[in-house]
Amino acid sequence: MSVLVIAEHDNAHVKSATLNVIAAALKINPEVHVLVAGAGAGLADVAAQIAACEGVKKVLLADAPSLADGLAENLAQQVLNMASGHSHILFPSTASGKNVAPRVAAMLDVAQISDIIAIEDADTFQRPIYAGNAIATVKSSDAVKVITVRTTAFDALANQGGSGVVESVSAVAAGILSNFVSRELATSDRPELAGARMVVSGGRGMGSAENFKVLNPLADKLGAALGASRAAVDAGYAPNDWQVGQTGKIVAPQLYVAVGISGAIQHLAGMKDSKVIVAINKDAEAPIFGVADYGLVADLFEAVPEITKQL
Amino acid sequence: MKVLVPVKRVVDYNVKVRVKSDQTGVDIANVKMSMNPFDEIAVEEAIRLKEKGLATEVIAISCGPVACQETLRTAMAIGADRSILVQTDVELQPLAVAKILKSIAEKETPDLIILGKQAIDDDANQTGQMLAALLGWPQATFASKVEVADGFATVTREVDGGLEIIKIKLPAIITTDLRLNEPRYVTLPNIMKAKKKQLDNVTPESLGVDPAPRLSILKVTEPPARSAGIIVPDVAALVDKLKNEAKVV
Repeated sequence: MSVLVIAEHDNAHVKSATLNVIAAALKINPEVHVLVAGAGAGLADVAAQIAACEGVKKVLLADAPSLADGLAENLAQQVLNMASGHSHILFPSTASGKNVAPRVAAMLDVAQISDIIAIEDADTFQRPIYAGNAIATVKSSDAVKVITVRTTAFDALANQGGSGVVESVSAVAAGILSNFVSRELATSDRPELAGARMVVSGGRGMGSAENFKVLNPLADKLGAALGASRAAVDAGYAPNDWQVGQTGKIVAPQLYVAVGISGAIQHLAGMKDSKVIVAINKDAEAPIFGVADYGLVADLFEAVPEITKQL
Repeated sequence: MKVLVPVKRVVDYNVKVRVKSDQTGVDIANVKMSMNPFDEIAVEEAIRLKEKGLATEVIAISCGPVACQETLRTAMAIGADRSILVQTDVELQPLAVAKILKSIAEKETPDLIILGKQAIDDDANQTGQMLAALLGWPQATFASKVEVADGFATVTREVDGGLEIIKIKLPAIITTDLRLNEPRYVTLPNIMKAKKKQLDNVTPESLGVDPAPRLSILKVTEPPARSAGIIVPDVAALVDKLKNEAKVV
């Protein structure tokens, strides 16, 4: 039996989350296979990149228009067709992974285990519940374990040194129930939030979408991704895909700078595993100071430009 | 068009739960319980479809102990027409809930089922997708905009890095994200009206579903705590600490 990892990619490049999931898979079983399902001229290159990752034994390449846009109905059927012979099926806990994994589990009539942060043995896993305020250790007795992996909990493997084989597999036909219409992805020179080494986040204290821009020079200087609290997203100061927290993205950068963020438990759930946390808030009582390594009680509109200058 | 909206009774958003000392779970005795916030968004969306003349009936469903009746009354105060309690004291996991909902969907034959994308207690984010798979229906998860016309739903989805639009054929499953709508406040007259609305009781067994959990929870523990840091006096001290102590810049 082997472990099947579902790769995340954009039909041209491997998303870094895939490498974290491969690392988790290797903790279960050294026999790791990776499904690359997609379409287009760049897909073979994606498969080759993954085959070269440390520890990957085999890449299953499914190339068809039905898989081009990651539609859940088609991708879940593709994974189901590949399921036989695998004891575990691992997805990254990303928007795409969370969309498809439960569908696969239900079709296999097994439970799905969400967002694992540790592997105790092949059947036993740890996962956060209640916004990370508790950690549940769960054991599955199902024949196949369908899992989403919290990528920040597993260090990514080197994307070299491997010598996996690439095997083409037949792809599913397109379903008739769902159709892809369009995609609007924000283009930015900044690093991807979920995998960034540095993150600068703003909260309700920013006051407006216009004021949020005060964070740009600091993020530029640090080479950081920009994030936001749910309060800031709700208020329309920042786009939803910047949201860090229980219902947004989970990040664990080397440095997390929380600016004008009070520190609701739902926000802390998304960033408390960061290596170093800096909090800047004018309210000395803000709960964010309870988790910050370095707290600065100050007006953010004075402090942030000053930090940018002094760095 | 009939719309089903499953709603879950969970520990209120503002409560910080405590892990029980015997590590069997979290202590929810005497804790404020509310409707899962994403489910509230789901009810609101269904009611808006009704107000636009697109939906004819909105039915709320909750699975769990008898206290879930409160959650259903709230759903009916927001505007659901009637509700169904699937009563059980068994600890329900997403697959069991999806099977219960499938059985109800087969009886009620809705055109749309709108669910919250995740419950804020177990943070699983599974039930909608599982229900879609069991029914063989298409799904649009993490919806931030829904338009229904001519037997299709066109849904804008929150995905990593931006938005995606897909068009799915009804009957279908939609799960809600944060920005889909802002749920209305329930008014006292509507709370009174909700008390008179129909609330049916069934059990998983009467629906032919075995609700037994598939995952056993071995223990529930506190997460490792972060040790408290320090307050620095000014920007210069902060920059110094980051450069020389933490060595991250």
